[in-house]
Amino acid sequence: MITIIDYGSGNIRAITNIYDQYKVDYKIASKPSEVAGSERIILPGVGAFDETMNLLIDSGFKAALDIEVLERQIPVLGICVGMHVLCESSEEGVLPGLGWIKGSVKKIDKSLLKEKPYLPHLGWNSISISKSTILFDGVDEAIGFYFLHSFYMDCSDESDTMTKTNYGKVFTSAVNNNNIYGVQFHPEKSHSNGVALLRNFAKV
Amino acid sequence: MLRSRISPCLLVHKKGLIKTVGFKDSKYVGDPINAVKIFNEKEVDELIVLDIDATVEGRGPDFELIKNLATECRMPFCYGGGVTTVDEVRKIISLGAEKVAISAAAVKNPELIREMGNAVGIQSIVVVIDVKKKKTLFGSNYEIFVNNGKKSTGLKVKDFVTQINEIGVGEIVVNSIDKDGTMQGYDTDLNDLVRENSTCPMTILGGAGSANDIKEAITRYKTIGVSAGSLFVFKGKYRAVLISYPFGEGKQNLFL
Repeated sequence: MITIIDYGSGNIRAITNIYDQYKVDYKIASKPSEVAGSERIILPGVGAFDETMNLLIDSGFKAALDIEVLERQIPVLGICVGMHVLCESSEEGVLPGLGWIKGSVKKIDKSLLKEKPYLPHLGWNSISISKSTILFDGVDEAIGFYFLHSFYMDCSDESDTMTKTNYGKVFTSAVNNNNIYGVQFHPEKSHSNGVALLRNFAKV
Repeated sequence: MLRSRISPCLLVHKKGLIKTVGFKDSKYVGDPINAVKIFNEKEVDELIVLDIDATVEGRGPDFELIKNLATECRMPFCYGGGVTTVDEVRKIISLGAEKVAISAAAVKNPELIREMGNAVGIQSIVVVIDVKKKKTLFGSNYEIFVNNGKKSTGLKVKDFVTQINEIGVGEIVVNSIDKDGTMQGYDTDLNDLVRENSTCPMTILGGAGSANDIKEAITRYKTIGVSAGSLFVFKGKYRAVLISYPFGEGKQNLFL
């Protein structure tokens, strides 16, 4: 059973549609009390860093998630801004992140891009797997995933980088430390690769 | 490597899909949800859906329609039509669209782009410009129109694009009213003008009639969004309605 956190940010319906189709068990937690005892958690996110953190704190989800992820150590998958908030801080805002992954969120340096367009990084880009996990089983690295962002996670510990993607420079497009996973791209909008990843998360 | 996006653009009119020529002579081409299902199967890069009635009728977005589309849509989805407020943008994103397109509202108040960007992230804010080439005493220039191409704004493309690019926008969709539905190729001069005066992602629309038009645009602009209507809804010279996406299998090989 996967618990999808509904705290008012991100595209939950696109994720549940895929799980409905492939008969993967899930539930939607729209209040913190529904998080206790989860087996796996998906943390979606769309929007700005501070707005997302404020939503997590004000709703009470942050406290509930800390217990599940840090104490019970159940697998968690952050998507897009849901990945950004896993780390400690962001150039996009002033609030601290959840701090589960060591690193900070930085703006993509557009001076490194040789041709237009510059920002945002928008569209389908390939990935290369640098740390093998079950999450990327059956994923075609060349086809890759759909990206839509101007900020990226800069991991302090290189060994936390699960996949890399090149846009101006090589950055961490998926992160993993122990039970904590994050992806910069949108698996829920990435056709067969995205379906594979979301189904794999049920087996992590 | 970041690849170009090939995106069908669907026009919604009275809950059905239509395709126009020069923003007129609309022809019914089917049901929106059915089209989305077909495009899911074809693994389309992105989908743009524009409700062309909303602004003209002076109403806001049809949230029920957006919800139904987003629920069905397995690919990134951009909605446009009648969006004028930050709250509407928030709601559309929460219903499951990745991007929200504004047009008349951005022309009226370009600062709105910044306010909407602050709410949901600037990467999700798209500005669509509908453009007509107008003859002047000294030649011609490209002018922006709103309300389905009916209302002249007097704004020159170069000036407006420069302005919104400075404010910061997630993407510009440049739509040629003159080329719409003609299937005779994109307006390269217009697209060049927008590319020269902006740095954000750009998507071109209006005139694509063949895979070659798509390929030429990608060769010219390297990384770009290439959108089309007729190319994905008509087949053959008699314009029989057939929703297709001839870029699914092997597309990667063609353009990488």
